[in-house]
Amino acid sequence: MDLSYGKEYDEFRAQVRSFLEENWPPQGGASRDDGGRQFRQAAIERGYLYRNIPKRYGGSEQEADSIAAQIIREEFGAKHAPMEIRAIGMMMLVPTLLERAEEWQKEKFVRPTVMGEITWCQGYSEPGSGSDLASLQTRGVLEGDEWVINGQKIWTTSAMEADWMFCLVRTEPDVPKHAGISYLLIPMKQPGIEVRPLKQMNGTAEFNEVFFTDARTPADHIVGQRGEGWLVSRTTLKHERNSIAAAAQAAATFQGLVQFARDTKRGGRPVIEDPLVREQLAILEGYVCAHEYSGLRQFTKDAKGESPGIISMMNKLHSTNIGSMVAKASLEIMGEDGLMDPVQTGLAKLGVIPSGSQAWLNQYMYSLGIAVAGGTANIQRNVIGERGLGLPRDHYANRSSGK
Amino acid sequence: MNFDISEEQELLQETLKQYVENECPPTRIRELFDSGEGWDPTFWKGLVEMGVAGLVVPEEHGGAGLELLDLALAAESLAYGGAPGPFFGHSLACLAISLGGSDAQKAKWLPGLATGEALGSVALGEAGGAWQPEQWEVSGDGSVSGSKICVPHAGRADVIVVGVAGPGLVLVERVASGVEVQPFEGVDRVRPLDTVVFEGAACEALPEGAAAAPRLRDAGLVLLAADAFGSATRLVDMCVEYAKNREQFGVTIGHFQALKHQLSSMALEIEPSRGLYWYAAHAFDHILDESERSAAIAKAHITDRAMQISRDAVEAHGGIGFTWECDVQLWFKRAMFDRAFLGQPSVHRERSAQLAGW
Repeated sequence: MDLSYGKEYDEFRAQVRSFLEENWPPQGGASRDDGGRQFRQAAIERGYLYRNIPKRYGGSEQEADSIAAQIIREEFGAKHAPMEIRAIGMMMLVPTLLERAEEWQKEKFVRPTVMGEITWCQGYSEPGSGSDLASLQTRGVLEGDEWVINGQKIWTTSAMEADWMFCLVRTEPDVPKHAGISYLLIPMKQPGIEVRPLKQMNGTAEFNEVFFTDARTPADHIVGQRGEGWLVSRTTLKHERNSIAAAAQAAATFQGLVQFARDTKRGGRPVIEDPLVREQLAILEGYVCAHEYSGLRQFTKDAKGESPGIISMMNKLHSTNIGSMVAKASLEIMGEDGLMDPVQTGLAKLGVIPSGSQAWLNQYMYSLGIAVAGGTANIQRNVIGERGLGLPRDHYANRSSGK
Repeated sequence: MNFDISEEQELLQETLKQYVENECPPTRIRELFDSGEGWDPTFWKGLVEMGVAGLVVPEEHGGAGLELLDLALAAESLAYGGAPGPFFGHSLACLAISLGGSDAQKAKWLPGLATGEALGSVALGEAGGAWQPEQWEVSGDGSVSGSKICVPHAGRADVIVVGVAGPGLVLVERVASGVEVQPFEGVDRVRPLDTVVFEGAACEALPEGAAAAPRLRDAGLVLLAADAFGSATRLVDMCVEYAKNREQFGVTIGHFQALKHQLSSMALEIEPSRGLYWYAAHAFDHILDESERSAAIAKAHITDRAMQISRDAVEAHGGIGFTWECDVQLWFKRAMFDRAFLGQPSVHRERSAQLAGW
């Protein structure tokens, strides 16, 4: 055990720092947007951003080094310098394209996505296909040199603004469900697509429903072969996985909660003096610390190129369980403030630690959204049980629903 | 950044696991459980030959000179196997003398403790939940008088490190006059406990006892957390194994989602907490200002999780899980020991809250 990054990285950290000294914040009269763009370009040239993206597509093409990546995040974060664009196209689509797409597709889409010039939304979930995603029914039929698409997607973040959608569409209706899906790239600004916002229980609307009525995309805008879409959509980024950030976020949120309990008064005394609240916070801290050290363990394994094992399948559920406990504790702390309407801020504000009862009320509700997104708790338990513990697979999961 | 154990440490864990599996399988643990003997000198002798008795004894006194993390890793592996014997109390006695003893005391006791020729133990608890050094009332001024509860294997120990008012630590030889050992019917029958009544027993104070006493408590908390982690992971493994073999309705019960989810939740409760005891053990030797609090958090969290997992493990086994013949009870009771010894989780949660300035 050694919790320092090691002497060999001191020099690297010093280089990153001196780069930041010189380049951030931008000098002269550059606007924040322009300044940010120039800064990112300079950071790419130095090999600090988009490290896993080849140079010919706009990245800096560095060898995987989790520790270097973590040092960059720490130093950039400390100076609030722009980092990689954390849009879904960057996180989900680009790795898929790099792994699976044809050369012309990479050239057309990767660089502008990396640079933030085009934005994407993800068309996976449907009203009838949540956990059982492979049962999706949005149809794509090839007519001449175009796919014609009909159906509906749901939970589509940023669909209003997005230029393109990467979308799972049923193109082969006569084969078992997993084998009949293709991965299409569809332009969003067209008459056949209608986007309607979906209002959440906390009052904001960050998701949408997307309706396709004879929407079109060119026949060659398919990644992989017809019927390979399921496989293509499973492509994930293995490069410099960031296993520390989420746990650090949980720890910061927990500290915010402790502060909330200090600041809130009941009967003239800080709520943190209430033995029940103290006990709840202390129980929670056990989970938060465990989560943090799990992140460090995985980070170490990644850096060594070893598999972290079952623990990597537990991150989401462990994290959302903590979110749920935080939510419950905050309600206990705020007392009658629990009668208030939550402040209406959404996902974009999640990185910010809540402050004040209304913000904690938003977390109280929003934590449920996070728990459901990307696979419900029960789906996570299936993954841990089947892939982690080696229990027999659920036979329903492989059954074709005949579509 | 290396939040991981070394290859040597992995080897230590593997070797110990293998040793327990071969020399003390559940059938043997059960014999010790049922005979009331709770003691297997041959098994302990084997551990002694592997150097386990002196893991944290400094090299100049014949030990391996390792750190608390190594000791905690050993505790996890021994607990996973359900190992009987004096490892816990003996290791704490070695630590106490190393931390608080004079050169002469170290020279007198440590070599024998390291080779296992002498057996050590620690007398920390007093009636009424007085486990913490500042709560100790037994007097140790010149001689020792008063009662200590839950002293591991006191009847077989050669030397007992006794926590006394002050707080301080004193050495008492078990054969000294004024030392009466009263067996206690403990829940974990492979780690027997005794009540020890002192009446003017001759003692020798550890000169650095005041500083060593809270350190000894913290080391104890870490070892209990590690032990509970080993027990809980063993129980999860046992349940998974059972779910893969037991058939009902024509299939193995692991097919049923209700049970699968229960087992996943159990694994999720314990596996992420491995780093808690690693960190607390590491902090004990390397990050002193976080040592006390991280030990309290690790003990509270892990022993609580292990107890819940023990209950879940009985349920996951169905009717057989509730029987004496089912192995679940062996680790269930180990978890009960780990939870209560040195104070239950709520005690350490309140301590960690105070240490954080809440």
